[in-house]
Amino acid sequence: MPSPKKKNEILFFALRNNKLRIGLSIVLFFVVLTFVGPLLTQYKPDEFVGPPSSPPSSKFWFGTTTFGEDVFTQLVYGLGSTFMVGLIGGGLGTLLGVLIGFTAGYRGGLVDELLNMLTNIVLSVPALVVLLIIAAYLQVRSLFTESIFIAFFAWPWAARAIRAQTFSLRIRDFVDLARLSGMSSLKIIFTEIAPNMMSYLLLVFILQFGGAILTAATLDFIGLGPTNAISLGLMMNMAVLWGALILGTWWWFIPPGVAITAIVGALYVTNVGLDEVFNPKLREM
Amino acid sequence: MTCFRVGGDVRQYFGRKLLIYILTFFIAVTVDWLIPRFMPGNPIDIMISRAGLRGSAVKTMYDYYTQLFGLNLPIWQQYLNFWSALLRGDLGISIFLFPTPVADVLMGAVPYDLALLLPAILLSWWAGNHFGAFAARSKWLDNTLLPVGYILTATPYMWLGILLAWLFCIVWRVFPLAGGYSFDLRPDLSLTFVWSLVSHWFLPFVSLFIVGFGGWAIGMRNMIIYELEADYSHYLEALGAPRKLIRKYAFNNAVLPQITGLALQLGVVVAGALATEVVFAYPGIGYLILQAIHNQDYFLLQGCFLFVVIGVLLANFIIDVAYVLVDPRTRIGMQGGG
Repeated sequence: MPSPKKKNEILFFALRNNKLRIGLSIVLFFVVLTFVGPLLTQYKPDEFVGPPSSPPSSKFWFGTTTFGEDVFTQLVYGLGSTFMVGLIGGGLGTLLGVLIGFTAGYRGGLVDELLNMLTNIVLSVPALVVLLIIAAYLQVRSLFTESIFIAFFAWPWAARAIRAQTFSLRIRDFVDLARLSGMSSLKIIFTEIAPNMMSYLLLVFILQFGGAILTAATLDFIGLGPTNAISLGLMMNMAVLWGALILGTWWWFIPPGVAITAIVGALYVTNVGLDEVFNPKLREM
Repeated sequence: MTCFRVGGDVRQYFGRKLLIYILTFFIAVTVDWLIPRFMPGNPIDIMISRAGLRGSAVKTMYDYYTQLFGLNLPIWQQYLNFWSALLRGDLGISIFLFPTPVADVLMGAVPYDLALLLPAILLSWWAGNHFGAFAARSKWLDNTLLPVGYILTATPYMWLGILLAWLFCIVWRVFPLAGGYSFDLRPDLSLTFVWSLVSHWFLPFVSLFIVGFGGWAIGMRNMIIYELEADYSHYLEALGAPRKLIRKYAFNNAVLPQITGLALQLGVVVAGALATEVVFAYPGIGYLILQAIHNQDYFLLQGCFLFVVIGVLLANFIIDVAYVLVDPRTRIGMQGGG
């Protein structure tokens, strides 16, 4: 019975890993805030509820914007957009990366050659600039389309990593053995290779999640974010456009930046922690 | 990663890389051409109505764009015309800065971008690598570097820019905000003007430098630890080689993937620079993009896109050359030995 024992071992190291504990706690805190936040506030993000540019108070926890919108309300609703983009953009990016990277690595030969070329091409295009020009022509933009476009330019990182991993797994003895015993390709992929890739996929997904959040924030900041929702990048965009710097209304632009940095940083730290849990070689440190 | 045995391999390596870059450029231009034609609405109407031009200017611009887009021609001819205009350096005329050609507008912005990006990228790479290598395996530094590094790589470029701009330009008033130089000066070689240039340049540079530094330091630290665990390091240790020598070998090996990393990160850094320029209203291409978006100046936007793509591809190629020159295995290959 090797598998339950192995699971316990992973859990054992996972619970003792400080990086994982800290990283996950921060991410969880923001996830909870995303769900609970809208219940804590009686305002809507685009509602003019108070005196303009008033500092944090008991009535407006994080102060108000130049227009008198509540910054706390915008923040908790913006967090929702951030996690949405991370989930859809990061998820789809990982999926595309897995499909392309895995096919390339497993099939090899000409297929690999062509897919690798495609990966390298998309990788050398500065993604954000392409996203900018696509977004600029769309008069109406939703969070969903933004996430999908981000995924279309984020997958090469995942594909490269997964291709390399597949390459190394493909030539292992146990895979050769399965092939010799007449197993079908599909069965080999799902029973022999996939279980050994799962931990790796999780790491790739976390990085794609964080990357999608940062890309979306930059896009929103330049003013090409979703037209139907509030987001953390859009808050910073409005703050800079409407003179938060010169007026000194720091409560407008500090919270969204802190939230993005904390979430993405915590994701990276979680990633390193998980890597140490999955990879015994890194544990000794 | 790649190991070359004879000189021909180096040529093949460059051939492959060049092919990728040429294909990428080709696709980028095609996308640039496709987007306005695929998007809903007539781009000419949108551009002219948003530009707020009056009188005869509307007619002039309308004729100009109809002819330029050539929407009445067959599609393949439109595509060929687009290429031939591009190869002549004709990127159209900016609406926002009518009647300056887009190519001229861009040429005015490029020096600011180069002045910002080149030092920020090279210095943060150099300093980050050395600091990361220095911090690896020293308990105290390592424990501070890791969290700080991860926070820095997770910081959105523009947010760090906003913080610096707020603290140094508004609260402490040490540096000026907005522009490439003081608005009351005219470009000349006087000391006042140069000083004005430098003081406007400093904060955008620092914010790009800091974010980059964190990433490179962490990357190098992880790589050095990996190298110090490698067999050759343990072997050297067993032979009684001095610690300094082992670390030097580890650094030489770890720096190669960091060069590849530099090429891969280039697009991200450039994107970060664009956002940073927006924060500081620094007159580079990022700021032009913002202006183009606000004024619906699609020609300017498409020109910016092409310039950035060309710049990134050129830089990628330069890094490829540098990699071959730095890697001793390829150096031997080029001399025909090995």
